[in-house]
Amino acid sequence: MPGTTLEQFSYDNKIVKYFGVATIAWGLIGMLVGVLAATQLFLPEANLGNPYTTFGRIRPLHTNAVIFAFVGNAIFAGIYYSMPRLLKTPMWNKALSWFHFWGWQLIIILAVITLPLGFTSSKEYAELEWPIDILIAIVWVAFGVNMIGALIKRREKHMYVAIWFYLASFVTVAVLHIFNSLALPVSFFKSYSAYAGVQDALVQWWYGHNAVAFFLTTPFLGLMYYYLPKAANRPVYSYKLSIVHFWSLIFLYIWAGPHHLLYTALPEWAQVLGTVFSIMLLAPSWGGMVNGLLTLRGAWDKVRVDPVLKFMVVAVTAYGMSTFEGPLLSLKNVNAIAHYTDWIVAHVHIGGLGWNGFFTFAMLYWLWPKMWKTTLYSTKLATTHFWMGTMGILFYALPMYVAALTQSLMWKEFTEAGRLAYPNFLETVIQIKPMYMLRAFGGLLYLSGAFLLVYNMVKTAKQGSFMAEEQDEAPALKPHVDEPGEFWHKAWERKPIFFTILATIAILIGGVIEIVPTILVKSNVPTISSVMPYTPLELQGRDLYISHGCVGCHSQMIRPFRSETERYGEYSKAGEFVYDRPFLWGSKRTGPDLHREGGKYPDSWHYYHMVDPTSMSPGSLMPPYPWLSTNIMDHDDVPAKIRTLQKLGVPYPEGYDAQANADLTIQANKIAANLKTAGVEVMPESEMVALIAYLQRLGTDIKKTTASNP
Amino acid sequence: MKKEILSSIENIEIYPIISLLIFVIFFVGMFIWVIKVDKKYVDHMKEMPFNDEPQNPEGNEKV
Repeated sequence: MPGTTLEQFSYDNKIVKYFGVATIAWGLIGMLVGVLAATQLFLPEANLGNPYTTFGRIRPLHTNAVIFAFVGNAIFAGIYYSMPRLLKTPMWNKALSWFHFWGWQLIIILAVITLPLGFTSSKEYAELEWPIDILIAIVWVAFGVNMIGALIKRREKHMYVAIWFYLASFVTVAVLHIFNSLALPVSFFKSYSAYAGVQDALVQWWYGHNAVAFFLTTPFLGLMYYYLPKAANRPVYSYKLSIVHFWSLIFLYIWAGPHHLLYTALPEWAQVLGTVFSIMLLAPSWGGMVNGLLTLRGAWDKVRVDPVLKFMVVAVTAYGMSTFEGPLLSLKNVNAIAHYTDWIVAHVHIGGLGWNGFFTFAMLYWLWPKMWKTTLYSTKLATTHFWMGTMGILFYALPMYVAALTQSLMWKEFTEAGRLAYPNFLETVIQIKPMYMLRAFGGLLYLSGAFLLVYNMVKTAKQGSFMAEEQDEAPALKPHVDEPGEFWHKAWERKPIFFTILATIAILIGGVIEIVPTILVKSNVPTISSVMPYTPLELQGRDLYISHGCVGCHSQMIRPFRSETERYGEYSKAGEFVYDRPFLWGSKRTGPDLHREGGKYPDSWHYYHMVDPTSMSPGSLMPPYPWLSTNIMDHDDVPAKIRTLQKLGVPYPEGYDAQANADLTIQANKIAANLKTAGVEVMPESEMVALIAYLQRLGTDIKKTTASNP
Repeated sequence: MKKEILSSIENIEIYPIISLLIFVIFFVGMFIWVIKVDKKYVDHMKEMPFNDEPQNPEGNEKV
């Protein structure tokens, strides 16, 4: 440009490299834990005989590792490379970049330590306890400040659409994380949710759904709008469509959370909102997919030879498939069949393995040669990885669909006499065991492919030379002069902070309208007079249930279907959960629902079943918990727990904290004595006794009197 | 306390209507913008991912 001076600056590739390496390292670990968890579902012995590697605890480890460690680091690598280049400025502050990097890795390491130890809030994808939650908030804000700082210092007047997606993801995840993690601490490792029962469920799934939306989807769409044109070497098919895609997606996504709670005790109006918005989401999602795929128009010959594009095409297609499946699963009649089954597991893995995994691989295969100023070491190996990954996804998802339909139909089948055709839940599990084996094979295949990526990337790096800083130059941003006739969007989008606020408002509208009334309006949660707070011992048992991740396989939410009330008993009512902090409705039934478990079996049955599940249910896939009968439970924290719950509004009598342990001992002695009459010797202080107390209480309150659901 | 306040707000049914209006107006506005937007601006935005490579050997295929 004549007459303007060009400013020199450089892009930081080192941070991208670090985030990239972290992506792969955590990705391999997360997938390995996934394969282990998948194996335990057909081979319970694979729990390695200790609580730390038992399914209930490694399932959250797998989900957290894959979502926040693998995908999280991939997002950061992608953003730290693309954002400075789109804005013609380095990230705002290098020290902050490194604080972000090491802070995030520290959070992951803390998760890897605390989750197997059983420190968990049990809320899906938000399992980490409160001190780690605070750390997440700090590191996340550092990431946001770094982005907004770069925006203020930018040399490019306009913000490319990818950056809109990055910003919206940042603000929304911040809002979601803070509101969902609100809890009152009991100690450094234990807290109780600020919400109870139905409200906790609504907030959790508002969070859970939007964690999928704003952690796994929108950041990756931003990455798609940058890396897909780069890899295809042609601009995005329609920039206008990308704008429509952005605004409709962030406007609609936030409303869809309640579709995770269809047919539950959640108020009907919230369920309807969830369904309607989920169906509407189909439009922007497919708009985005079409925009991605059409970017490749006329370049399909390249897809045949370039593994980066191969991965991207499957990733975008998988995005389209899972965003088609999502609205489908939100229809009440489909949900009635699919909920609690492996269909949901298949659905998330199409998204996780296909969309996030494949796009991450594509991005890394593209970034490595760029940053090492070389070409990819082996296209052939990358193509082999592509096929192993694709086959892995198919071997994973297809058996899960078969398993889901088979099991769901078995659950719902009645004989001509009007009885359940498969009254024993276990029969329906054993039926799908071969599918679980195939699924684990699919996962293993996918993981093996990822090892090829590691080899290829190491070799690529070895043959090139890493460019830690990349020079560029651009004219400084001129102060803006208003042009007549300029449209509002263009003007807004030039002002990044104003734009960020606008995006925040868009996502807040949905959240506020859905959540505030449910929390504030009394009539949404009808109280049942016979529902009482848990006794101290039951509370301890419940906390054990939480700590062992029982909720990973057992729901506590009986839907109002005949097939469920026949099998489990009276359907669950909102008023029954008012003292449940957190709620434990669960989202998958690998074992039967437990909401009406109380009083179903004698205490001794539970004892034998916990020590060796196959002794009571031959062929059971539940892992044994023999340590429960020998582990002594420390009840010192009970008074603190009671006081915390009182602060949250649980009506224990004043001063009950002083009396709680005495009551606890009485109840524990009673259960131990009861077990003794059945020939079982167990210490009243053992974990087993507390857990039995809780299980025997489950769902019994409404039996004390007749309850109605308005 | 808060519960009583919210339930006692008069004309609370106006809020869903307001939110519907915000929603509709926003989307109508967005579509009008998309239809009327300056072609030069769109082209400039589309090219952005390629501006960081001044010496792109293949050049980017303009479609």
